[in-house]
Amino acid sequence: MNKPVKNIDIRPDFALITQWVTANSNVLDLGCGDGTLLTHLHATLNTTGYGIEKDDANWLAALKNGVDVIQMNLEEGLSGFEDQSFDTVILSQTLQAMHNTESIVHEMLRVGREVIVTFPNFGYWRNRLQITLGSMPVSKSLPYQWYDTPNVHLCTVRDFDQFCQQHQIQVLERRVLTEGRDVSLWPNLLGNLAMYRLKRLHH
Amino acid sequence: MSESNSVGLVKAQIAHFTQPLTLKSGAVLPQYHLAYETYGELNADKSNAVLICHALSGNHHVAGRYRETDKYPGWWDNLVGPGKPLDTNRFFVIGVNNLGGCHGSSGPSSVNPLTDRPYSATFPVVTVEDWVESQARLLDYLGIQQLAAVIGGSLGGMQALQWNIAYPERVRHAFIIASAPNLTAQNMAFNEVARQAIITDPEFFDGDYYNHGTVPRRGLRIARMLGHITYLSDDVMGEKFGRKLRHGGLKYSFDVEFEMESYLRYQGDKFAGEFDANTYLRMTRALDYFDPALAHGGDLSQALRGARAKFVVISFTTDWRFSPARSREIVKALLDNRLPVKYAEVTSEHGHDAFLMPDPHYHAIMRAYLAQIDGGRHE
Repeated sequence: MNKPVKNIDIRPDFALITQWVTANSNVLDLGCGDGTLLTHLHATLNTTGYGIEKDDANWLAALKNGVDVIQMNLEEGLSGFEDQSFDTVILSQTLQAMHNTESIVHEMLRVGREVIVTFPNFGYWRNRLQITLGSMPVSKSLPYQWYDTPNVHLCTVRDFDQFCQQHQIQVLERRVLTEGRDVSLWPNLLGNLAMYRLKRLHH
Repeated sequence: MSESNSVGLVKAQIAHFTQPLTLKSGAVLPQYHLAYETYGELNADKSNAVLICHALSGNHHVAGRYRETDKYPGWWDNLVGPGKPLDTNRFFVIGVNNLGGCHGSSGPSSVNPLTDRPYSATFPVVTVEDWVESQARLLDYLGIQQLAAVIGGSLGGMQALQWNIAYPERVRHAFIIASAPNLTAQNMAFNEVARQAIITDPEFFDGDYYNHGTVPRRGLRIARMLGHITYLSDDVMGEKFGRKLRHGGLKYSFDVEFEMESYLRYQGDKFAGEFDANTYLRMTRALDYFDPALAHGGDLSQALRGARAKFVVISFTTDWRFSPARSREIVKALLDNRLPVKYAEVTSEHGHDAFLMPDPHYHAIMRAYLAQIDGGRHE
């Protein structure tokens, strides 16, 4: 049973990620920003682990939040991290801004026993509507103009399902949310935020 | 100049040790002394001490001035002082001149009490391990069981790392800045050229120049000029000097023609006038020899298995002598051991020299982290 996402103090994907992380486990958060998620996971689940952050200001904010933060560029992969050395590797709302999309997903599956990926669903009806009306979508979850967006690899729920199938990735759990609520009917149309719990498919 | 956050006037102190020190080479120093300085107050339970390990040409004079008229303060004065990132209102900061040095500790240019003459070439080759051992004895002498932090850049960073191998229980936090777990062949090659410049100077006399009334100034000068090239980035040299001419036009001579030459000669002359060539040889050898992974089949993670401290590792983007890739090797070994570590790659144009400069982001990192460190023992 899916528990309702009720923590309103943090981003809805963070609240759900908290449900997917095991207590006392070790976590690697890619693109950890100011470390809010790791701090939250540590406070609620006593997790350990590290954050990776490229941006100086975010890095410093994470340090101030007491997070063990490593400054590196995810586009270069996760060299320096051993195979299967983390219980969970998280990439929240960053996949769509990655250039080396395939490689980072493979790197996450190499380093983590489980992987959590979240991204804005480009198939959400409001995005489709804006395109139908002739414009690139701009919304709360996609707040950029076409010319200044960092998002270079936007995808839909269906796209990502196919990606997992093609890349031998097992989807352990998938949830699609709008305004923090689960969407079970036509998720690729009615869901705004996609969340996946993944692992390597063993043959 | 505002001196409001300076440690002010300071005095070097000397600690004498009569317990023999067996060095890594097997040589024994029957007795020795270390020059050191301290800033701030040691707290009641002696838990707020921070040790600063110096690099190739550094010493114990980290902050403040000996006299009001001193042109320059200590070498890391921009970091250390009341209200500065390493706040002497909270921490008791110790600077020490390493064994083999030439600024007050036992070294080739100091007098061997057994012979009443300078040790000269007879002063043994010392290693990073030997320095950490002697620093540990200095802490014993000062009654300090555990450091709140050990901080070092470059060769100093190697000492900070070694502290966590030799005395993990005596370190709570370690800062390893612009450093490496060992030197690359290219890096050692620079040291070899520097040493050859010194050793082949006719005034060197196999290191016994004190007794010949000479100084191998030429060799030391060339060694330092070479060093300076490697401490700067191509970009910053280009920006600072470019192809600027000293005299406006070419003279078709081998005198100083370009500004860059003038800078190198000035730095070389200045250094040759104040540093000891035998010390330079030993400092570069200590750099070459440091390789804590070697005893573990090249596995640095294994070498750091016993470490317990929390680490801060910092590199600088244009530092090619101690490149970010080398710092990442240290980070990997810490990650493999699941040790707490924060790693920053600071964007700077200043090459290796960046670690001594007050870059705002770099200093913000130092300040923010040090502010979180409790002066007390319970963490």
